Amino acid sequence: MSTTTTASPNEAKLWGGGKSPFSSEYGKVMMWYFLMSDAFTFGAFLISYGTVRFSTNGWPNSNEVFRSFPFAPAGVHAPLVFVSIMTFILIVSSVTMVLAVHAGKNMDKQGVVRNMILTIIGGLAFLSCQAWEWNHLFHEGAWWGANPFLNADGTASSTNFTNFFFTITGFHGFHVFSGVVINIIMLIMTLMDKFEQRGHYLMIEKAGLYWHFVDLVWVFVFTIFYLL
Amino acid sequence: MSHSHTDHEAHNAEAIAEIKKVTIILSVFTIIELILGFWMMSMTSVGLKLAIKGAIVILMMAKAFYIVAYFMHLKHEVKNLIMTIVVPLLLFVWFIGAFLWDGNSFRNLRNDYDSYFKEQATIKVEKKEGEEHGAAKHEATDAKHEATDAKHETIGTSHETAKPAVEPYY
Repeated sequence: MSTTTTASPNEAKLWGGGKSPFSSEYGKVMMWYFLMSDAFTFGAFLISYGTVRFSTNGWPNSNEVFRSFPFAPAGVHAPLVFVSIMTFILIVSSVTMVLAVHAGKNMDKQGVVRNMILTIIGGLAFLSCQAWEWNHLFHEGAWWGANPFLNADGTASSTNFTNFFFTITGFHGFHVFSGVVINIIMLIMTLMDKFEQRGHYLMIEKAGLYWHFVDLVWVFVFTIFYLL
Repeated sequence: MSHSHTDHEAHNAEAIAEIKKVTIILSVFTIIELILGFWMMSMTSVGLKLAIKGAIVILMMAKAFYIVAYFMHLKHEVKNLIMTIVVPLLLFVWFIGAFLWDGNSFRNLRNDYDSYFKEQATIKVEKKEGEEHGAAKHEATDAKHEATDAKHETIGTSHETAKPAVEPYY
């Protein structure tokens, strides 16, 4: 009897009442719906970028714009190198977040603490990289409403390029920042034994969903701004 | 009792193996994307470039799938929950198609009917190579002003009644 019910919960049982038909906690389902709405916000930004780019004759070459590297001597150009480091930082911090969620499922407090600390460090490293890049571009004369770069074919470029770049990476960076704040709160709550008292680490899972979403958005932002 | 314990252990090892697998897949896909990106830099053929860009977009979608399905654990959720999240996102197929088509059409129309817009795409602006890297802000803005001036002059000589060049064209 018990083996048949665990093998496949049938539809009638699922919607029969008395339990969540999504067999998921309320807060987690709501986090999913929030992330879906956030995906539409980012999607709207990126699609408007694509629309404007398609409606313009020329566009700056990203390999000429994003070619600097911290502490590189003047004249040395390294396109794609710095941003690939940023990408790997975010992937690694996503992996440590998964490990934290996994440790939480096993009620392993030490594992949660260790991996949350690593995730927070990854998030801060990413933010530092972005701060450096923004600062560098600002000193090159790029900002909202100012575009020192030319189109790839040598014609004058409009400010659409920098406006979209700073708006979208800024919006993503703000998400990373809030993710780091949420992760720090989760770390403090773990250290205060809040989740041990509750008997579950579901909050870590919800924070994890948000953090992975931030990584997911970067996959798109990175590809669209730096590679395409 | 010991049976459920070993079950738990096996499940644990399985979950860790899955995390490892997805990490490797994401890293490999990113490295392939970067290799394609570096390769594309020295490429002149427009068609081949477009094909590479298509491959990069496919890799991007694959990475997104692995993050959502395994890291966000959506694949292991109940089917109803998966559907309420994935089905609304299908709207993106229409959004992307419609808006990019519209943008492209707008560019073609402007090139046909807006001679100023079309002319802008043919005027080369002199490039300041040395000042771009690590230049102080005021220097960079100077370079920008010079670039705008140069643009202004070209317009002034070639097209007497053209709109002022400082006005951005959209």
